[in-house]
Amino acid sequence: MFAVTELNQRDKKVQGLCRILFMIMTGLLILPVVLILATLIYKGGSIISADFLFSEPTDGMTAGGIFPALYGTIWLVAVALLISVPLGVAAAVYLSEYAGDNWFTRVINLAIINLAGVPSIVHALFGVGAFVLFFGLGTSILAASLTLAIMTLPVVIVATRESLQAVPHAFREACWNMGATRWQTIRRVVLPNAVSGILTGVILEVSRTTGETAPIMFTGAAFFLPFLPESVFDQTMALSLHLYVVATQVPGVPDELPYGVALVLIAIVLIMNSLSIAFRMWLRGRKKW
Amino acid sequence: MVAGQKKVVASAPVVAVGTAGSVKLEVKDLAIAYGHQTILSGVTLSVREHEIFGIIGPANAGKTSFIKALNRMDMFTSSMRVDGKILFNGRDIHSLRNVYALRSRIGVVFPLPVGLPLSVYDNVALAPRLAGIKSKEELNVIVERCLTRAALWDEVKDRLDSLGSLLSGGQQQRLTIARALSQDPELLMLDEFSIAVDPVTTMRIEDVLKELKQEVTIILVTNLVQQARRLADRTAFFLEGRCVEVGVTEDLFTGEVQDTRTRDYVEGRFG
Amino acid sequence: MADNPVIAAVERPQAALPEEVDFDRRDPDWFIDKAVQILVFIGGISAIIFIIGIFVFISKEGAGFLFGELDIVEFFTSPRWRPTSEHNPTYGILALIAGTASVTGLAMIVAIPFSLGAAIFIAEFATGKTREFLKVLVELLAAIPSVVWGFIGLSIMNPLIIEIFDVPVGLNVLNAGVILGLMAAPIMTSIAEDALNAVPDRYREAAEAMGATRWQVTIRAVLPAAKNGLLGAVLLGVGRGFGETMAVLMATGHSINLPSSVFDSVRALTATIAAELGETAVGSDHYMALFTIGIFLFIITFIINLTADLIVRGVRKG
Repeated sequence: MFAVTELNQRDKKVQGLCRILFMIMTGLLILPVVLILATLIYKGGSIISADFLFSEPTDGMTAGGIFPALYGTIWLVAVALLISVPLGVAAAVYLSEYAGDNWFTRVINLAIINLAGVPSIVHALFGVGAFVLFFGLGTSILAASLTLAIMTLPVVIVATRESLQAVPHAFREACWNMGATRWQTIRRVVLPNAVSGILTGVILEVSRTTGETAPIMFTGAAFFLPFLPESVFDQTMALSLHLYVVATQVPGVPDELPYGVALVLIAIVLIMNSLSIAFRMWLRGRKKW
Repeated sequence: MVAGQKKVVASAPVVAVGTAGSVKLEVKDLAIAYGHQTILSGVTLSVREHEIFGIIGPANAGKTSFIKALNRMDMFTSSMRVDGKILFNGRDIHSLRNVYALRSRIGVVFPLPVGLPLSVYDNVALAPRLAGIKSKEELNVIVERCLTRAALWDEVKDRLDSLGSLLSGGQQQRLTIARALSQDPELLMLDEFSIAVDPVTTMRIEDVLKELKQEVTIILVTNLVQQARRLADRTAFFLEGRCVEVGVTEDLFTGEVQDTRTRDYVEGRFG
Repeated sequence: MADNPVIAAVERPQAALPEEVDFDRRDPDWFIDKAVQILVFIGGISAIIFIIGIFVFISKEGAGFLFGELDIVEFFTSPRWRPTSEHNPTYGILALIAGTASVTGLAMIVAIPFSLGAAIFIAEFATGKTREFLKVLVELLAAIPSVVWGFIGLSIMNPLIIEIFDVPVGLNVLNAGVILGLMAAPIMTSIAEDALNAVPDRYREAAEAMGATRWQVTIRAVLPAAKNGLLGAVLLGVGRGFGETMAVLMATGHSINLPSSVFDSVRALTATIAAELGETAVGSDHYMALFTIGIFLFIITFIINLTADLIVRGVRKG
């Protein structure tokens, strides 16, 4: 009896130690990132101003703002979304509402997993080979956005499929019983209840697309351009590439400039991500059935 | 979608096609299997115009699958196989080119209530809208009539905008019934509708069913033999994937049975 | 009562016979349904088309080299990558493979213990708000773009390494490995956490019923049951490390080297493509050689992803 208690106490101690050990490991995973973020804010915060965001780079990119890069990123992301959202939603609707549980569906799923796993630089090579050269789009926003769209397609598909599958099957059967076709059921009952979940995925995709650099390097983004893009067939600057350029390619850049660019980039990405997460939590809390 | 194509639901209740006594639905040697597991076989019966046809039997007798087969829901369940013939108005339902039109003429209520995550109003207006009715006035009339018949109108008339899926279980079941009625069906199939409803409401709905009989043909699957006795003109007894017996309801209860198992079930010896 | 049109309608016993419904007439809705079915099917197979497309197009661009100039043995065994040499260009990617492998290897050494530890903490020990908060944090960490990580390696880690270890250059295997480890850890954490969550509670309950503590439950019941999922997480981390481009481009020092210590600068496969593609003429040997590296990367990551998927799926089935 006594021995058992002793053993229990030892177990409790081990238990407590493990808890602390794992907590430390979790902390160590997070701490560097917090420090890094703090450094970015500390070193780059001073340069951030309306002027920085809305003016052009000057003096061979060693001074001035980041407006053309910001503007170009918006173009790239918008066009990529226009391509990938309809395609991704269609794919998810197929997988969730039409596809049977068979080898073909497994092949599609495998393709999606691999699409997400192919290195970004390989996507860039594909963009060059397919869009820039083969389809003759040249280095343009369209070519770069197509490359980005294909690369981030899995994000939309996965998010959409999840939110479609969260709609209980009984709702579909109830509709079918009334003589609704599959599409009528999807349009009137399934999609309206999944649309906020899809939006969560789209916001996540915006964040992903904004940060991507390698896929646009050779397909449509330029180091420096003296003009803003006017159509999807123009080249453009982009925020992510701009960070690479000012950090590695331009001599004599003042210290705070790349920090400022990094800060803006990471702020956009993290704000978008937080939005998506907050939105998802709000959805989870809202009871609809 | 031409409104006249499918029967216009708004034009007040109408007598369905055919005359009383003629055969509405004929089932010949029906067998249903999921994968390799046969759950219903050898069912042959016919349902007449304007009768309430009861189906009784213990759980797992194949009653629900029977209902699903009549509505061609096997189309959406890849593992479900249906053999044999089902004739609706004399037409083999497996030979129809537009199965959705068939389903729009058959209303179904399943045991578990399903309020769609739409407003109460939209729940009931959904089927008429699918049938092409757009006029707000027509829809208003249909919604009120169907909810009234399903004994739900008084409870929800002030909150037609609230979500149908958030009503209580009993209310959702009545909403489901209202939705089935909104299709203005020729054939109404109810599968153990009273499971989710309180006894008082059950009685009210039973009264409505008796009235509805003049307009539609009703198949009533029930686990309450007394309910079948109260409502059904004729009744079939399903047991372990077989249709044991079909007869005039009263006969089953007075002992005029062909199979002793029917009497045993009706008298509550098993089930 | 008859004044109320609705009630009147309800009670009106009869009306005209309706038109017979035509069960054979296919209305517009029927055709729209079919059309949508075809459209979403196209969406569904687009992923397959793209993955095949990627392989076809990078193979097409690299084909001339792959089936022409390329000496496959030299390609994989020579550490000399000198594509721009005027007299005798050589295309050996051994040093690049070594660069990628050393950085990825170090990254895994950094990431595996921490991400598994964090996953265990989040899945087995943390509860309620703490757990939600940590999960969100991990998700946010996973979102930081690789070019930002590269910049961090370049401007924060670099001087740090020079100062701490007293070495001349801070852009090396150590730098890139740590950066890549920090990058991969959040993703591995969340996949590993999924794997732990997928272990049914009855395993834990069974162990707890025998008087085991949380820790013993984790060690004896949860980890063995989740081992395939955890292995999958590690593999996906490796795949990510292999394919990472911008961070290794900026943090490795980008010099061709067979590394002998973590303080050596190296160059990765991906980074080589990123750095050189812009300077090559379309169709030149150098250009095609870069695409050949792309084919190699594609195949390697394809195999890694496939294996990870099979392993993870295996555990789901069981």
